[in-house]
Amino acid sequence: MKNSNRLASGGLIDRAKPLSFQFDGKTYQGYAGDTLASALLANNVQLVARSFKYHRPRGVLTAGSEEPNALVELRTGARHEPNVRATMAELYEGLNARSQNRWPSLAFDLGAVNSLLSPFFAAGFYYKTFMWPAAFWEKVYEPLIRRAAGLGKPPLSDDPDSYEKAFAHCDLLVIGAGPAGLAAALTAARSGARVILADEGPMLGGRLLSDRRIIGNQSGLDWVKAIEAELGSFPNVRIMPRTTIFGVYDHGVYGALERVNDHVATPPAHEPRQRAYRIYAKRAVLAAGAIERPHVFGNNDRPGVMLGSAMRTYLNRYAVVPTKRVAIFTSSDEGYATAQDLINAGASVQAIIDSRKDATISAPKDVPYFKGAKILRALGNRQVQGVEIELADGSTRILDCDGVAMSNGWNPAVHLTCHQGGRPVWDDKTNAFLPGKLPAGLSVAGAAQGHFSLKDTLTDGFRLGASAVDDLGFKAHAIAAPDTDPESLAHIPLWRVKTSKGKCFVDFQHDVTDTDIELANREGFRSVEHMKRYTTLGMATDQGKTSNISGLAILGEASGRSMAEVGTTIFRPPYTPVALGALAGHHVHKGFRPTRLTPSHQWAEEQGAVFMETGLWLRAQYFPKKKNESWLDAMNREVEITRSKVGVCDVSTLGKIDLQGKDVGTFLDRVYTGTFSTLPVGKVRYGLMMREDGFVQDDGTTARLSENRWLMTTTTAGAGKVMAHLEFCHQVLWPELDIAFTSVTEQWAQYSIAGPHARDVLKKLVDPQHDMSNEAFTYMACGAITICNGIPARLFRISFSGELAYEIGVPNRYGDALIRAIMKAGEEFGITPYGLEALSTMRIEKGHVAGGELNGQTTPRDLGLIKMVSQKKDCIGKHMSERPAMLDADRPIFVGLKPKNPQAKLTGGAHFLDKGAKPSLDNDLGHMMSVAYSPMLKSWIGLGIVKRGRERIGDTIRAVDFVRGTEFEVEICDPVFFDPQGERLRG
Amino acid sequence: MRIPCPFCGPRDSQEFSFLGQTGLKRPDPNAPDAQKQFHDYVHIRDNKAGLTKELWLHANGCRSWIVVERNTLTHEITGSEFASPLTKEAAQ
Ligand SMILES: [Zn+2]
Repeated sequence: MKNSNRLASGGLIDRAKPLSFQFDGKTYQGYAGDTLASALLANNVQLVARSFKYHRPRGVLTAGSEEPNALVELRTGARHEPNVRATMAELYEGLNARSQNRWPSLAFDLGAVNSLLSPFFAAGFYYKTFMWPAAFWEKVYEPLIRRAAGLGKPPLSDDPDSYEKAFAHCDLLVIGAGPAGLAAALTAARSGARVILADEGPMLGGRLLSDRRIIGNQSGLDWVKAIEAELGSFPNVRIMPRTTIFGVYDHGVYGALERVNDHVATPPAHEPRQRAYRIYAKRAVLAAGAIERPHVFGNNDRPGVMLGSAMRTYLNRYAVVPTKRVAIFTSSDEGYATAQDLINAGASVQAIIDSRKDATISAPKDVPYFKGAKILRALGNRQVQGVEIELADGSTRILDCDGVAMSNGWNPAVHLTCHQGGRPVWDDKTNAFLPGKLPAGLSVAGAAQGHFSLKDTLTDGFRLGASAVDDLGFKAHAIAAPDTDPESLAHIPLWRVKTSKGKCFVDFQHDVTDTDIELANREGFRSVEHMKRYTTLGMATDQGKTSNISGLAILGEASGRSMAEVGTTIFRPPYTPVALGALAGHHVHKGFRPTRLTPSHQWAEEQGAVFMETGLWLRAQYFPKKKNESWLDAMNREVEITRSKVGVCDVSTLGKIDLQGKDVGTFLDRVYTGTFSTLPVGKVRYGLMMREDGFVQDDGTTARLSENRWLMTTTTAGAGKVMAHLEFCHQVLWPELDIAFTSVTEQWAQYSIAGPHARDVLKKLVDPQHDMSNEAFTYMACGAITICNGIPARLFRISFSGELAYEIGVPNRYGDALIRAIMKAGEEFGITPYGLEALSTMRIEKGHVAGGELNGQTTPRDLGLIKMVSQKKDCIGKHMSERPAMLDADRPIFVGLKPKNPQAKLTGGAHFLDKGAKPSLDNDLGHMMSVAYSPMLKSWIGLGIVKRGRERIGDTIRAVDFVRGTEFEVEICDPVFFDPQGERLRG
Repeated sequence: MRIPCPFCGPRDSQEFSFLGQTGLKRPDPNAPDAQKQFHDYVHIRDNKAGLTKELWLHANGCRSWIVVERNTLTHEITGSEFASPLTKEAAQ
């Protein structure tokens, strides 16, 4: 049985390279150049899949990317991939494929019982059958449907392969490397234009690989080879085989998927499996060809029923006779070419059944020939075992055969022309939908334009390749299309065999039959868009490439409308399925969210710091002293030491913006709520920044380093947003201001030294010429200094912790050295590094607002900071923040919260209710924004907003957290829990 | 989509961030009905179907705010210029 269907010679396979592969656990042999489908057919494996809904046996229908039936699961383990079209999977040594949608086995499928239940599975069955009771959907219906009607199974572990994103630019993109595409590419290439020629297959040539044709005085294949060689000689041409152009986007952007290593078992080291391109093309020629139409007759889905063009592909390209006794069912002269090729290959043509009464073409000698006849149904189950036909006179008879080749005209592959909203237009002359309004810069050549003859195809290609590049200023030399061997293409489509017996499939992949479409029409789903969704016609992974047009014709027939009146749905990207992994490329895991490290990171690691992500930054959360010290114990220790001795914290992640120019003060007055223009040189001021809608967007300090130079800090998370906001304010609102600014976040490492001994530590670092005394360098002072014998640094006496504190900034490269120097200098004072937990606790103890409070929904008034809004000037957001409702005394306002039981673990997000009040929106008093355990107060504490909170200091209310299931009594208090007079930071 | 940046040339739209309709003038804060004017300035938009002028920031490029003339029905872009008139002048 080895390759029992393989011809002794011919084909484009490499017989010197035999390959073995597995299908459903059995080992077979094929050759390099085979697809999985051609290799299976060579081994006379006809039954390759079960269908989606009815689990009917299915074989190979096509030889291309339009295949609806032969979907398999490819590879194993983590590389397992469902829904691979066997017609597109190139064979490689050791390929392992399994059939889908079958249980327990492909040959014996229990799900096929669905066929018996088919009245329940008709169009709209999802909407009708599973409506009631609602609770049944999740527990009963959905699992049942999923088991019965799944399309393959996804792999359960991470994809071990990598994917890439890439970009390419060209003058002309040629989509499809058949005769039209090759002609277009050649003309353009000779003019010097940069050309990309892409084809979804591994070889150039399109239909010329499948049909034996003559072009000029050479064979079609030799013509392809000659052009491929010439194209290969141009440096301005890039040929991209195995590359599908899957989408047309605005402004000449084309999405492409290159299957770099799908044709091997595993990609070689450092190579991706697939690469997703954005191709920027000034012009494009679509030469995607056409897809042959199946006939709609009884049991037309039986294995052995195949498109005539596909059968010729298997014969001529793969040297495989798919079935040996074939009935030709044709409505086109092309069926006769299929018959001739079969005869040439030694197969038996059992009959030609031509639906046209007045066909003028003559049949090959000795072939039984029926004009005006139709196939009513295919016989057999797992493979065709004959057909019942109806002759012109209405009589019927049974013919013996093991395969059927269907030719019913072609549907131009107009899909990409629809991606910018173009709607295909029905053409009565070609009996096809032709491209409608085209995407800018795209023209359509050959069969995709309904020009089906080889000569016309070539003419189109040469002409459109030339006009595309002429448009761009190149000078293309006209190339005349060579003569080709005669061909006969006359056809009158037969949309369905009305007198059929048995199920007649229109959409093979979604198991949609002609009666489903009639039912949709009867039930009022007469618009194409409604019919499509009601029946799910064309909504499977093949997007109805072989089914849509027949479906529309049947709807037209049922509703008494012409094709033009029915119209068509449009196609959307992607042309064929694209793996999400390919679209993501390297943007996965850390490639998606890279990690930013501060200059002290290595040092912090050496100290055993536990890190947490804030934004993209990794920041030290706490520094456990022993391995098992909890975050709470570590935080408590860090706070206690900082407040009693001294601590140091890396604050390099804060956004820093260097502003220069004589109008910076004016600019800051307009973007901050407070006044900055009056800030003396050498001083720092806290600033609150609103959006124009009146809500606070960020806060920070700004230092005036010199008359015309300022340094602004932002929150870590808000840095990017603030930068864009300031750029908007400058470039769009007030371009006349003489200012310039840039982000210097990454240029400066900055550390906060805080605690009673902060100045003692600092003095050991700062060069002696600088007076660090409390009188000389007062609270909120700043200045340029040198440290450690001449290292330039900036010093800011600002405090987030409420302690005597300094922030010292040095150029980034000194960051690591400085943190080590600070720790050494602080050793004698018992210095501790502290992390984000301690930082957060200390700012909550001080009632300072941060991320939890600056949530984009709070105004300065809400945060108790209304005094910071200068009434002497306008600023961004001022008017909007002062609308009456924003100043309503009932609007919740910022307060501190202390639990009655100090050990009650408060939670952020808890809502406040009065004692005895039912939880409802009306009774809601506000919510908790930040919480911490305060080692200074030996109690949990919180910050939040409470309705009329300032008037209710001392009241007890409830903090209720339904998410975490806690409820505590809390006392409303002033938000400054610790050192309310602020004496420490001035000491 | 590709957006022509007057400084960088045509660039992929991924490099830009969108703000919205342009041509809005920030109201005079001292006008008697300033609050109403600010409300409209912040919230009221034409939301035109057709030719619009929009503000985009070339965030992953030269960081210019630019005004892009775009047809929202076809996505056709017919022009772009610096939002800042001074930059526009300097560029000429
Ligand atoms: Zn730019």
